[in-house]
Amino acid sequence: MSDAAFPTRAAAPARASAPRGRLLDGPAGVAPTRRMNPKRIMVYGGLIVFSIYYLLPLWVMVMTSLKGMPEIRMGNIFAPPMEITFEPWVKAWSEACTGLNCDGLSRGFFNSVAITVPATILSIAVAAVNGYALVNWRFKGSEVFFTILIFGAFIPYQVMIYPIVIILREIGLMGSVWGLVLVHVVFGMPIITLLFRNYFSSLPPELFKAARVDGAGFWGIFLRVLVPMSLPIFTVAVILQVTGIWNDFLFGVIYTRPDSYPMTVQLNNIVNSVQGVREYNVNMAATLLTGLVPLTIYFLSGKLFVRGIAAGAVKG
Amino acid sequence: MAQALRAAPATELDGISVSIRDLSLSYGSVEVLGDLNLDVKDGEFLVLLGASGCGKSTLLNCIAGLQPATEGQIFISGQNVTWAEPSERGIGMVFQSYALYPQMTVEGNLSFGLKNARVPKDEIRRRVARAADTLQLEPLLKRKPAALSGGQRQRVAIGRALVRDVDVFLFDEPLSNLDAKLRAELRVELKRLHQNLGNTMIYVTHDQIEAMTLADRIAIMRGGKIQQLASPDDIYRRPANLYVAGFIGSPPMNLLPGRLEGNRFTGALTADVTGYDFTSRPRGPEVVLGIRPEHVRTGAAAEALPIRAEALVEVVEPMGADTLVWAQLGQTPFRVRMDGESRVRAGDRLSVGFDPASLSLFDAASETRL
Repeated sequence: MSDAAFPTRAAAPARASAPRGRLLDGPAGVAPTRRMNPKRIMVYGGLIVFSIYYLLPLWVMVMTSLKGMPEIRMGNIFAPPMEITFEPWVKAWSEACTGLNCDGLSRGFFNSVAITVPATILSIAVAAVNGYALVNWRFKGSEVFFTILIFGAFIPYQVMIYPIVIILREIGLMGSVWGLVLVHVVFGMPIITLLFRNYFSSLPPELFKAARVDGAGFWGIFLRVLVPMSLPIFTVAVILQVTGIWNDFLFGVIYTRPDSYPMTVQLNNIVNSVQGVREYNVNMAATLLTGLVPLTIYFLSGKLFVRGIAAGAVKG
Repeated sequence: MAQALRAAPATELDGISVSIRDLSLSYGSVEVLGDLNLDVKDGEFLVLLGASGCGKSTLLNCIAGLQPATEGQIFISGQNVTWAEPSERGIGMVFQSYALYPQMTVEGNLSFGLKNARVPKDEIRRRVARAADTLQLEPLLKRKPAALSGGQRQRVAIGRALVRDVDVFLFDEPLSNLDAKLRAELRVELKRLHQNLGNTMIYVTHDQIEAMTLADRIAIMRGGKIQQLASPDDIYRRPANLYVAGFIGSPPMNLLPGRLEGNRFTGALTADVTGYDFTSRPRGPEVVLGIRPEHVRTGAAAEALPIRAEALVEVVEPMGADTLVWAQLGQTPFRVRMDGESRVRAGDRLSVGFDPASLSLFDAASETRL
């Protein structure tokens, strides 16, 4: 704090000795900034309008899920509930009927966890090694290999659905959670490999050379030098894979059986059930519950992502 | 890989630390290194010097084993290491970008190679302590590279090579990322290190000051070939060809094309070159006469010298210790380095003179030294 006092003391005599009359008419010193100008009003106005537009459906969903059916029948979908009830959430989680089971979304939630966790870990592990090998251990035909891999990302899924049914049947994984995990690992590979390849090729090649001179092998360099400095890209890959696999509906509905349906398929079965009364509040609660996992991932990893980038920002 | 480490006939490699034999490297049809031969003596400090793209770093990578050669052999400490892994070659390497492992502490960086080689724990501790002591790194051992300055990072990188207890150190432009002051300091530190350790060092740079100050011998490279391999003094005084003459020295040597008949040179100036130490007789009359700006005398001192001329001063650059004068000798540009005390102005007529012993003559066609 004593440092802060020093410049003021030193500046005082300097100002006294400099003649004040030196300034001529016109701008001097710090330029003034205007808080509000037409450009800013446009920008903020636009942002506010779009935010409302995108947040309105979420508002309706949350409000509806907290209302009882009589209140919903009154209309006023934008109005907050007069009487807050968590009954729809409980029902969606543990009582709603899908097909033969009446144990709500909870079964689908645990199925989805059992699919997403291994599929995310396996697909990222495989793709990270792929990317690393493609950048640092070029082999004959590695470029062709990479081109084929990337080409895989552009083939429409529909083309591959039936061949995969046959493959899964032949290896005995059709209908099981592990079959779906395998499908997700394979389909995640092109894009995640590309992600890791680009990241690893942005690292200084001298790092790899230094590790080779230091006697580290294929796995030593990967696990002890490159992976520790790749937190940002692992975070990105986890976000992509968890949300992608969690939100998947197509593969889930094709390659699993009712008792191993992922949450998204179960949600569809609850919302689209044709028997009985349509319980909008339960549907809204079920939808929010299903969306909660990707939402949490975004919120949590957003913070981690920034920290990851900061940690990885070590030059040379 | 063990069978690749075959010992060579002992007599031929006696006293030779690194021997490069008929080494070639090409990418497709592009030849990067061509039939290169180079013997580096035990304990020698060899500098590979050249403009960017001359193949000097590629050659260093070949020696390190990071870049497989297309043809030829490499021997290190008497072993044929042509097919050996980098870690099996008995080399330590320092890179321009430091290449420290960012997530490891300084201590972790130093011990990484030893852990990979499964060196016992207390031996690792001993070697790290010794390297830290040599390079004054003790207070930094627990820090991460991000918390170090450029000079400290490069010292850690040198330490990483040091702990490996190897015969040969390879440096790939290690000082190029540092600012001028730090570069000068580390240059001296490197020279001291070499004097204390006595290891063989091969050092790649494009900076001729580094090359001149550090090297026992300099290899000047161009287009994947060695132009001249000699001591810094020889390279400076007796450049083997026009390329070397123009590359070494700042400002570069004055090169005056002309004709040589007997001992009489005619061109931008006429000169009697009696006293010049010819290495070969000229094949034709067309030659290039080279004289370094710092070997040109001016004024009264020039009068006593055998070769004299008059130059017209165009630009004067005072640099403190000395003054650079850009002049015209007839129509040919001519640079003179003068004492800082001398007072010259643009437009002055300057009488210049030099000794035949300090000039260089080149054959105009083959560009080689006469």
